[in-house]
Amino acid sequence: MRKNLKLLLAGAAFTLAGAASAHAEDLTIFWAEWDPANYLQELVNEYAAESGDTITVETTPWSDFQTKTFAEFNAHGDAYDMVVGDSQWLGAGATQGHYVDLTDFFNANKLNDVMAPATVKYYAEYPGGSGKYWAIPLEGDAVGWAYRKDWFEDPKEKDAFKAKYGYDLAIPETYAQLRDIAEFFYRPDEKKYGVAIYTDNSYDAMAMGVESAIFSYGGELGDYATYKVDGITNSKEAIAGLEMYKDLYKFTPPGWGKTFFIEDNQAITEGLAAMSMNFFAFFPPLVNKSTNPNADVTGFFANPAGPGGQRFAALGGQGISIVSYSKKQEASKKFLEWFIKDSTQKRWAELGGYTASQAVLKSPEFQNATPYNKAFYDTMFMVKDFWATPEYAEILDQFNQNIYPYVVGDKGTAQEALDKTVKDWTATFNKYNRYSN
Amino acid sequence: MTSLATKMDSLARPAQRSGLSDLGIRNLFIIPTVLFLIVFNIFPLIYSLGYSFTDFSASANAPANFVGLRNYRELLSDEKIWANFAITAKYVIISVSGQMIVGFGLALLLNRTFPMKGLVTTLLLLPMMMSAAVVGLFWKLLYDPSWGIINYALGLGDFAWLSNPDAALFAIAITDIWMWAPFVMLLSLAGLSAVPKYLYEAAAIDRAGAWYTFRRITLPLVAPILLIALIFRTMEAFKTFDIAYIMSTQPTTEVIAIRLYKQAFQQWDTGKSCALAYIVLIMVLAITNIYVKYLNKVKER
Repeated sequence: MRKNLKLLLAGAAFTLAGAASAHAEDLTIFWAEWDPANYLQELVNEYAAESGDTITVETTPWSDFQTKTFAEFNAHGDAYDMVVGDSQWLGAGATQGHYVDLTDFFNANKLNDVMAPATVKYYAEYPGGSGKYWAIPLEGDAVGWAYRKDWFEDPKEKDAFKAKYGYDLAIPETYAQLRDIAEFFYRPDEKKYGVAIYTDNSYDAMAMGVESAIFSYGGELGDYATYKVDGITNSKEAIAGLEMYKDLYKFTPPGWGKTFFIEDNQAITEGLAAMSMNFFAFFPPLVNKSTNPNADVTGFFANPAGPGGQRFAALGGQGISIVSYSKKQEASKKFLEWFIKDSTQKRWAELGGYTASQAVLKSPEFQNATPYNKAFYDTMFMVKDFWATPEYAEILDQFNQNIYPYVVGDKGTAQEALDKTVKDWTATFNKYNRYSN
Repeated sequence: MTSLATKMDSLARPAQRSGLSDLGIRNLFIIPTVLFLIVFNIFPLIYSLGYSFTDFSASANAPANFVGLRNYRELLSDEKIWANFAITAKYVIISVSGQMIVGFGLALLLNRTFPMKGLVTTLLLLPMMMSAAVVGLFWKLLYDPSWGIINYALGLGDFAWLSNPDAALFAIAITDIWMWAPFVMLLSLAGLSAVPKYLYEAAAIDRAGAWYTFRRITLPLVAPILLIALIFRTMEAFKTFDIAYIMSTQPTTEVIAIRLYKQAFQQWDTGKSCALAYIVLIMVLAITNIYVKYLNKVKER
C-alpha cells in the first residue's frame, strides 16, 4: 500500500513537472525573408522575456515562400505553429483547412474596431463579407513611390520641365503626370532613367504593379463575389491602366525585365531613376545612409490618381494565422492575445513593423516617425487587393503569362492581353465550379 | 612454389566457408540497391502514373476522382504547353550543338603534349563542377546591362540580354554551353587518346591531308563516344530547370520543366502535372532510343 502511494506521488510529481515544462513552449512563426521578419523576431524576444515561451521567426526568400508554405500545409506538417501568410492565400488557407478559424477570437477582442478596415477586409476575412476571420492583421503594406528630391527641385530641371509640359515639376498627382516626369528624366546617354517599376513575373510582383495602375484608372480585376470577369477585367478602364503601365516600361533603366523590390531600391541607391515603385515595407533601407548614399535626397509619395480622379494602390502585407496542424495552438493564441495589445502594437511600429492598429496609425508620433509613414497612412485607406480565391496561384500565373509579353515583350495589345486573361480565368473558374450557384 | 600455393589454398578455404558465399555477397550488394530503386524510383513512378488519370490536387482535401485520359487530352491540345515544348526543343538544339562543337574543339586542341597540360585540362573542367544555381546567378551578373562585363568587353552598350525576349534563350544556352562543354571535352579526349597512333602514321605515309585524316580516321573512331556525350547532354538539356529558372522569367525561356514545376508546386495541380511529367518522360525516352539505335549501328561498323 505504501509502495503504491509512493508510486502515485511520484507519478503526480512527474505529471506536474511535465505540465510545467509544457507551459514554456517553443513556437515557430514562418515568414518571408525581409527586414520586417527581423523586426518581428525582436518583438517576439520581448514576449519570450515576459511569458517564457520562446518564439523563432523562420524565413525563406520571397520567391520560395508560397511553395514552401504550401508544401508544409499539404503534408499536414507541424513545423510551423503560425504563418504570416500573404493576403491572397486566405482562400486556400480557409477552405482547404490549413488555417485555424479565428472568428471567435476576432469578435471577442473587437478587432474590427481596432485594426484599419482595409487590413481586416483583405488580411483576415474570407469569403469577403462573411464575418469569418482566419488571421490577425500583422504587417500592413501597400505600393508607394520613392523619388529623387534633388532632381525634382533642381531649378534648371524645373524650368526645362515647365517649358516642355506647361506645368510645374512636382510630386505627380496623376498617372499622366508621372508618365511625363518619367519621360522627362529618361536620358540614357547620361545613364539617368525615368522610372523603376515591377516586372518580375515569377510571383505577384508584376501583377501588383499593374493592378495599382488598373485600380487607379477605375478598372477592376473582376467581381470577387460572383467571379464575373468578362466586361470587368477587360473593361475600357482596365485596358487604359495596363496601357499606362506599358508606357512607363519605356522609361525604365536597361534590362528592367525581371525586377522586384531589390532592383527597384537599387534604382534609387545607384542613382538610376527619378522615381521608383515599391512596397512601403522596403523603404527603410532608403532612408538609411549606410544603405542608400542618396538617403538625404530621397522622398516618398502615395500612388497617384487615374484620369477619373480615382486613387488606389495595390495591397501587400500579411496577416498572421495559426496553422491547423500545429500542436501548440493554445500557446499560439496566447501569443496573439499579447500581440494585439495596444502597447505591443506601438512597440511593433517603433521597431519598424507596419502595424495595422488604427490608434497607432493615426497618432502623430507614428506619422512623423519616418519620411514615408505619412504616405503609408494615406495609402492604407485606399488599397485594393488581387483575388484571394483558393485557385489564386493558377489565375496569377495566367495573368502573368498574358500581360508580361505585352508589357515587356511588346507583343500584341492591352485589349488582347486582358481578353486572353478573361478567357483563361473563365475556364479556370469553370473548372472549380464557381458559377454553379 | 606449388606446395606453398596449396598450403595457402587450404588455409583460405575454411575461412571462406565460414564467411559469405559468392551468392551471399552478390545478394548483399544487389538487394539493397533493388529495394532502393523500388522504393524511391519504381513505386513513385507507378503511383504517379495512377495520379495522372485523376484530378487529384495535393493541396485540396477532396479525394481524387478518376478522369480517364482527360489530363493528357487537355495537355496535348493546350497551345501554351506546345509553346513550352517548342522553346525546349530550340533550347536543346542550340545548347547541345554548341556544347558538342565547343567541347570537341577543345578536346582536339588538348589532344597533344604541351607544358602544363594537366593543369589546363583541370581548369577547363571547373565549370561543370559548380552548382547550376551558382552559375546562373553569376552569369546574371555578367550579362547585366548596367555593370556586366560581357557588354563592356563586347562593346554592346546596354543591350539587355535577359530582358530581351528574343535574346534571353540564347543567353541561357550560352551559359549552359560554358558549363557543360567541358563534359563533352572530357569524353572526347578519352575517345581521341584511344585512337591508335599507327593509323595516323599510316595516313602520313600515304600523304593524306589533315582534313582527310580527321574525317576518315579521327571522326569515325571517336563517333561512338561522341554519341554517348550527345545522349547525356540531350537528356539533361531536355529537362533543364535550374539555370533557366534562375536567370530569366521571360515567357520565351519557359522550358517545359519550369512549366511543370509551376503546375505541380505553385498551383498544386497534381494530377495534371503527373500527366505532363509522363509526356516529358516518353519524349525523352523516344529521343534517347533513336540515339541508342544509331549508336549501335555506329559501333557495328
